[in-house]
Amino acid sequence: MVETRYSTEFTLYPYLGFPQEKTRHPVVVIGAGPVGLALALDLGQMGTPVLVLDDHEGPGQGSKAICFSKRTLDIAHRLGAAAPMVEKGVIWQVGKVFHGQDKLFEFNLLPEEGHRNPAFINLQQPLFEKYLHDAVTAAQSEGAPIQIRGRNRVTAIADQGNFVRIDVGTPDGAYQLEADYVVACDGARSPSRDMLDLTFDGRVFEDNFLIADVRMKADFPTERWFWFQPPFEGAGQSALLHKQPDDIWRIDFQLGWEIDRKRELDPARIRTRVDAMLSSQTGTIPDYELVWTSIYTFQCRRMRDFRKGRVFFAGDAAHQVSPFGARGANSGLQDAENLAWRLDLVCKGIAAPGLLDHYCTERMFAADENILNSSRATDFMTPKTGVSRQFRNAVLHLAGRHAFARPFVNSGRLSVPCTYDGFAGFGPDMLSGPKVTRPGAACPDAPVADGYLLDHLSTGFALLVIGDIAAAPVTTAGVTAETVHITAPTDALAARYLGDHPGAVYLIRPDQHVIARWQTFDAKNVTAALRATLGQEAANGADA
Amino acid sequence: MALMLEPNISDPDGFYDTLLAAHDGLSAAQSTDFNARLILILANHIGDRAVLSEALAAAAE
Repeated sequence: MVETRYSTEFTLYPYLGFPQEKTRHPVVVIGAGPVGLALALDLGQMGTPVLVLDDHEGPGQGSKAICFSKRTLDIAHRLGAAAPMVEKGVIWQVGKVFHGQDKLFEFNLLPEEGHRNPAFINLQQPLFEKYLHDAVTAAQSEGAPIQIRGRNRVTAIADQGNFVRIDVGTPDGAYQLEADYVVACDGARSPSRDMLDLTFDGRVFEDNFLIADVRMKADFPTERWFWFQPPFEGAGQSALLHKQPDDIWRIDFQLGWEIDRKRELDPARIRTRVDAMLSSQTGTIPDYELVWTSIYTFQCRRMRDFRKGRVFFAGDAAHQVSPFGARGANSGLQDAENLAWRLDLVCKGIAAPGLLDHYCTERMFAADENILNSSRATDFMTPKTGVSRQFRNAVLHLAGRHAFARPFVNSGRLSVPCTYDGFAGFGPDMLSGPKVTRPGAACPDAPVADGYLLDHLSTGFALLVIGDIAAAPVTTAGVTAETVHITAPTDALAARYLGDHPGAVYLIRPDQHVIARWQTFDAKNVTAALRATLGQEAANGADA
Repeated sequence: MALMLEPNISDPDGFYDTLLAAHDGLSAAQSTDFNARLILILANHIGDRAVLSEALAAAAE
């Protein structure tokens, strides 16, 4: 018996019948959401068998996460899933910020040239999951060892020391399976976390948000509108309007803490608010229908450790942030790609299990960064004290008049990838090149003769050689860093990777983070940096 | 540049007078809002994060 907890948007991974368990699985992923699917796809494409268990047969209803960042699209591109996302997604550039009745200012996010992917797209989460799943299906047909079992609910997890035993319920009864490693990607209310009796600490923000997705055929601008203290009746502290594909608009109302949830979800009451918002700038109420409504409360918190023995946690199961800045699903995707190559190397016996520890140190640091940004946005949007309200209102007052105050206005800072400054396994930086590509940073894209740079950094470790430098692939400790030679860099690539230098050599991880960089190629130096990343010997300074 | 804590305004009595006069007719709440705006304007003019941190520390003494 597998109870249904929510309705699904569509079926992606139907129940396939009672499984015959024969082998121990190298990796079992719990939860086929964005994080679980990306992890499975990454592992499967690298050739490490992965089994995904999900207690439903597809993504839950509702648009949920709707803003996907460039880094997420770059990851999805590496996994072969990004094209339909970008094709379907909405790209907006103009934003307007209101305070009460007044428009304070508007901005135009002109994209930086020379990237394959836009800074972000708006796309309903179920579609994001569907496109990832389509890529899984394509990978499976090419032999990638990925299995997804729908309506398979994990009911117990027991770490046996040298493996993990998992109890699974299905419509046809229960079974047990064994795994070398387990990754729980089962969301903010992670049942896996509870099964292992692990705590989830942090700061609970006492606020409720009403989400209404409306379908509107009317001609309405593709802009993001954000209100502080919206003037509409009962709209709460803030309100947000932005566009998704298929004529859907996402509307958020920040309602405060003491609310009657049932009353606030009354469609007539929601329509009154939506009418007031949509007509506020035009004076007329456009035709629309309510597609999905929901109330949620958010928290900023993370697990003390992202692993417990052989069980790892990723995405919302490990950390939760406010929605401002789109740092939930986007950071989850970065978790998945950080963990995938490590699990792959460890499961293949190439790297020692210690390599997995750095997943926790790096991604816990990233989670803290996301929580910090998200908490700051929340404090600006919902001042907690009299003085914080005074300064917030002073900023809004000044922002309508003077450009200097606009950078203080914080309705969320968009998710950007974390840079692992000073972490073990990175360095040295022998280039004194651009900051944006220093060791620890995720490689920014750049145009190359036949497309984009990131297309060439899509499998394993890479040795990016730019300019007139002779170099050869470097093999050590069971891995090879293949050379990617760009002899004639474009201006954008030179600006991002060379600075004032005529050439450079970059050693890059499978997750496209820079390990180290030099002005010239020396196999000894690359070997030392690569070994340090793999935990083979101490990082930093070995070749300085 | 370090935070200037030596006299730096040529007309201290005149400036002080103008500062108080700016609050004439304001309620306590309006004065607080005025001060908040003034702090932000001055802070932006200074700009230097280290100087601003020194100023915050000096104000807290």
